[in-house]
Amino acid sequence: MIASRSNILSATDWLAARARWHPLEFVFWIAAFAAIYLFPDRHLILTEIAWLGLFALSLDLILGYAGIISLGHAAFFGFGAYTAALLAKYEIINEPVMAMLIAGVAAMVLGFVTSFLVLRGSDLTRLMVTLGVALVLRELANRYGWLTGGADGLQGVTIQPLFGTFRFDMFGHTGYTYCLTVLFVLFLIARRLVNSPFGLSLLSVKGNPLRASAIGISVDARLVAIYTLAAGYAGIAGALLAQTTAFASLEMFSFDRSADLLLVLIIGGAGYLYGGLIGAIIFKFMQDYLSALTPQYWPFWIGLVLVAIVLVGRDRISSWTAPIRRIAAQMNWRTLRSRQIAAPTEDL
Amino acid sequence: MLTILFDGIAYGMLLFVLASGLSVTLGLMNFVNLAHGSFAMAGGYVTVVTVNRLGIPFFASLPIAFLVSAIIGFLFERTLYVHVYQKSHLDQVLFTIGLVFMSVAAVDYVMGSSQVFVQVPDSLHGKFDVFGIGVGRYRLLIIVICGLLTVALQFILSYTRFGSRLRAAVDDGRVASGLGINVNRIFAVTFAFGSGLAGLGGALGVEILGLDPTFPLKFMIYFLIVVTVGGTSSITGPFLASLLLGIGDVAGKYYVPSLGAFVIYTIMIVILIWRPQGLFARASAR
Repeated sequence: MIASRSNILSATDWLAARARWHPLEFVFWIAAFAAIYLFPDRHLILTEIAWLGLFALSLDLILGYAGIISLGHAAFFGFGAYTAALLAKYEIINEPVMAMLIAGVAAMVLGFVTSFLVLRGSDLTRLMVTLGVALVLRELANRYGWLTGGADGLQGVTIQPLFGTFRFDMFGHTGYTYCLTVLFVLFLIARRLVNSPFGLSLLSVKGNPLRASAIGISVDARLVAIYTLAAGYAGIAGALLAQTTAFASLEMFSFDRSADLLLVLIIGGAGYLYGGLIGAIIFKFMQDYLSALTPQYWPFWIGLVLVAIVLVGRDRISSWTAPIRRIAAQMNWRTLRSRQIAAPTEDL
Repeated sequence: MLTILFDGIAYGMLLFVLASGLSVTLGLMNFVNLAHGSFAMAGGYVTVVTVNRLGIPFFASLPIAFLVSAIIGFLFERTLYVHVYQKSHLDQVLFTIGLVFMSVAAVDYVMGSSQVFVQVPDSLHGKFDVFGIGVGRYRLLIIVICGLLTVALQFILSYTRFGSRLRAAVDDGRVASGLGINVNRIFAVTFAFGSGLAGLGGALGVEILGLDPTFPLKFMIYFLIVVTVGGTSSITGPFLASLLLGIGDVAGKYYVPSLGAFVIYTIMIVILIWRPQGLFARASAR
């Protein structure tokens, strides 16, 4: 009786320890917010990193935690971007934050509807269906040119100042602060979610759907839920891009964007939430550097990195960073010990 | 009406030749090769270069396109692809997307980004009427060549020793290798042959589909539709699927041009939801 009780306690301890903030996480976010004051001349690229990081975070939720391979995640990104841009253009909703939230909800609705399509079938079927959804949306945006501007993109969008006071400037000062804050809030929600029992059940679904359903997890409901949420995140990321650039175009639905996104997440590593953010930083600076050398042939380098990552092996690459992670783990352990929490393994 | 049907059949047969190699690689190794279009593009550019710059006759350039693509396919298979078979689908997707991007940028660098054309001999231009059907000569040629190829493929698969080994390997690779069949060698040969067919299709398709460096990206979805809708267990499945796709696409563009490719994508999604194993797949043993 007592033994089982202590087991339950250690399980909750384990969950709590899992969810506890690591010192490096504080460093990461403090550095991100400090960049608002430290690098005012790099705010444009930092803005791009912020929405790309959010977009990759949303892919991480379904790929890293639920194991769904998607080649059409840009569908939700573009949908959110067009929603936000249209709301601003026709002055339906002038407050950017409100418009951003509505774009997120709209993308969530789309994600919910299309999530039933990815429940069935193998990896290949999922690839095709997600890709197909993005292509259909692109065709629709192209077809209804009177509304979306067609192939020219949606021009003439004016974004009203944030909360009526902070105007979006051409240097990206407002944009960066805005995107970073949204990213941070959504990251907190995602972090809370993946460390909850719901997040653990997702991991079990990813590991083995059959066994997960055998221990009483309703696999389909979990997948629908996380897919819907990830779609909402992607929609908000798209809305951020549309609002900071006051533009939306067909390219936002493109296959290239979904493929680039996979690369971003893979660079950083899937399945621990920071992968997308770190990947976004590396990807954007790499893009900045390489496309300055050869603007037209930038896809070649993307391709080379992808091929190299696969051939070298993702496991091996993550083992190169093992020393860093070991140091990080030690820091974590020390803080854990200072708070005198026993490791749950003693009971097992 | 019948002219559209005719054009659709020609288009579909072309798609079949382009995609048939992919259906075998997918069925044999369960390998998702999104870079299949790159081999087709290689064949197309080989034809363009040999005909326009070297002055080799169009008909002579077709076998060259086949050979060059097959050799490229063989080299890639032996040096790069072999390392990826055992990896997860995610890795395979990343790897082949990487190859697509590299091929697109590399061709852009070498050949330029604009669309290229090939000088087709005069005898292939124009149309003639058969019972009121406008028959384009070039499309007739495509139907003849692709029809012959299909018959040949069916024959090889059904009646030769290699074909029965290949079918055995597709049905159950482990048992096949247990029976002493060298699955890897069969796969290398098939991969090279499939790439060669894709190259031939690309060469024939320059006139109809157009050719520019983004070719692998533009037609990737079409190849995948053929393979997933047709299933991977036979050659008739992808064949019927390509004919349907070809006719549907041509008819769709003719009758409801405003909808564009919308119809095709929607039908694809519906079919995949309805029959995830493919429209013409027989009940899988696995």
